[in-house]
Amino acid sequence: MKEILEGSHAVAEAVRLCRPQVVSAYPITPQTHIVEALASMVADCKLDAEYICVESEFSALSACIGASTAGSRTYSATTSQGLALMYEVCFNAAGMRLPIVMTIANRAMSAPLSIWNDQQDSISLRDSGWIQLYAEDNQEALDLHLLAYRVCEDHDILLPAFVCFDGFILSHTYEPVDMPTQEEVDAYLPAFNPYQRLDAKDPISFGMYATPDYYMEFRYENQRAMLRAKEAIVRYGTLFKEQFGRDYSGLIEGYELEDAEIALVAMGSICGTVKDAIDEMRKDGIKVGLLKIRCFRPFPDEEIAAALAHVKTVAILDKNVSLGSKGAVGLEIKDALYGSSIAVYDYILGLGGRDIRKKDIRAITKLAEQGSGDMFYGLREELL
Amino acid sequence: MVDKSIENFECGHRACGGCGAATAVRMILKGAGEDVIVVSPTGCLEVFTTPYPETAWKVPWIHSLFENAAAVASGIEASLKRQGRSEKVLVIGGDGATVDIGMLCLSGAFERNHDITYICYDNEAYMNTGIQRSGATPFDASTSTSPAGSCSMGNKHAKKDVPAILAAHGSPYVATASLSYPTDLMKKVETAVNTPGATYIQIHAPCCTGWGFEGDQTVAVGKLAIETGLWVNYEMVDGVLRKAKKVKRKPVEEYLSVQKRFRHLFKPKRNEEEIAKIQAIADANAAKFGIDI
Repeated sequence: MKEILEGSHAVAEAVRLCRPQVVSAYPITPQTHIVEALASMVADCKLDAEYICVESEFSALSACIGASTAGSRTYSATTSQGLALMYEVCFNAAGMRLPIVMTIANRAMSAPLSIWNDQQDSISLRDSGWIQLYAEDNQEALDLHLLAYRVCEDHDILLPAFVCFDGFILSHTYEPVDMPTQEEVDAYLPAFNPYQRLDAKDPISFGMYATPDYYMEFRYENQRAMLRAKEAIVRYGTLFKEQFGRDYSGLIEGYELEDAEIALVAMGSICGTVKDAIDEMRKDGIKVGLLKIRCFRPFPDEEIAAALAHVKTVAILDKNVSLGSKGAVGLEIKDALYGSSIAVYDYILGLGGRDIRKKDIRAITKLAEQGSGDMFYGLREELL
Repeated sequence: MVDKSIENFECGHRACGGCGAATAVRMILKGAGEDVIVVSPTGCLEVFTTPYPETAWKVPWIHSLFENAAAVASGIEASLKRQGRSEKVLVIGGDGATVDIGMLCLSGAFERNHDITYICYDNEAYMNTGIQRSGATPFDASTSTSPAGSCSMGNKHAKKDVPAILAAHGSPYVATASLSYPTDLMKKVETAVNTPGATYIQIHAPCCTGWGFEGDQTVAVGKLAIETGLWVNYEMVDGVLRKAKKVKRKPVEEYLSVQKRFRHLFKPKRNEEEIAKIQAIADANAAKFGIDI
């Protein structure tokens, strides 16, 4: 059924439909509306879950580790500083192979303090072993939660996932969404079936330490599971399309990309602006297209290399910066395209909520055409 | 009733001979019964019991991180509740994980009053990393980060009173125990796990390696702590002191002089002033808990 909902509420509804048994979260802007909505659902008996009001994000994810290991489907949500406080717990959850799903309402990192959007927070956790999915709009944010649980809980995967959507730009914006029914979601997402669990009748030790004789193999198995997740996302994305009609079968998506000479690469809500800018530039005869990355971890390097093989120039729109190097997406794309003759330029933009408009997309396209890139775009020169 | 025949802590683990923590855990698991899930933070206990692929635990056990055991236990308890399961959730962790780095998670779990029992085996320093000072290290003890020296008498601070802090959270049952008094210890564990809500026991667990005494003296050293009044075994029910073990007190130097961590109080010359300060701590304990016979 079509409804007009704030992004956070669309996500909360999606989470409710996924029937988590334990929700553990700590409030932080701009994630708050999600966890408030879930708390209301529990208070009104619309969500049959234990809701743990923890004293920090660190405990939020730690409690999810306990709950998941004891055999419950678990959920949390955070952003920015909260995610940074979870840093250690994120690595631990992935290493323990727990299928926890967590929403990230993407926000900039302090200092300076900023509550506004960029993607530095989740991207900084790129090495932690979590699947990372990025939503362009609120429908996609809603849908990706269903997909994430389906993929993560597959016994061949058993990994946690971030479902990332841009703070404020999506989380606080009303959009029409097609809300599936409980029956539809139940048909797509079976009840949680833990691979192993803490159980007095069948005692198992979890979280043992590994000497140098064993550690590397654990990491290798983790990497293999992450790479298998590519295929699982495609498979369960295809299943999603068959059931709900919306296509998430790809780790990436192209827009006007088939005949493009210049490809813009982006993740998240900026893709909507980019598509509008492309429509305008196409009318002006500029052969430009978009490659949207939905899945940043595992990174679809081969898929991206194939999708961009025909273009002359690539311009990456990075809402993050690996200080002392480049934007994280840019680095990955340069790696994926290594050995090709394609000119690849990275643009750091939109940090801390700086607006990106269609004219900016046009300007960046022009810079890339002129061979100018690997730069911060949109700086206020008068402040420097 | 405690079933003393329960042996859920397998021998052959890698603790030092005479390890107080290992002795305490064996008794804890007797007191806790069979229907239990154990959470351990990082520390000696975690390391000497679970080098992959071996485990000393015959009950379900989980280690996640150093500072989050109470939060992990909160999640387990919520999960069991949701599934209608009956296992008791028991944290067993060292003093560093409990009174220092894990204090935030511990406070949260007790404020929310999850139905868990948190047991701290208190060996009064970070033993796993080489005997560094913790918030539970006693006054004047020499550790590798509070060493006694020509201008230092060792640790400058008194032990953090975590039982009182957790009683102030409204915990229905807070107790202290000593591995040298096993029947009392097991009974307290049994009481704690069967008391609804977040309950706490701090167990004095002498560490022969860290404190500097022979491994066959662990029980004797533990007894001296009680007999000098430097450790008091007591129970608090709903924040009210119910019972404290009474003793005919000995001078504190009988306890201090058998441990290398207090050697600087006696050599090169006896330091009356510092020994008197420690005697004053024991005297204050005796007055507070009314332990003198």
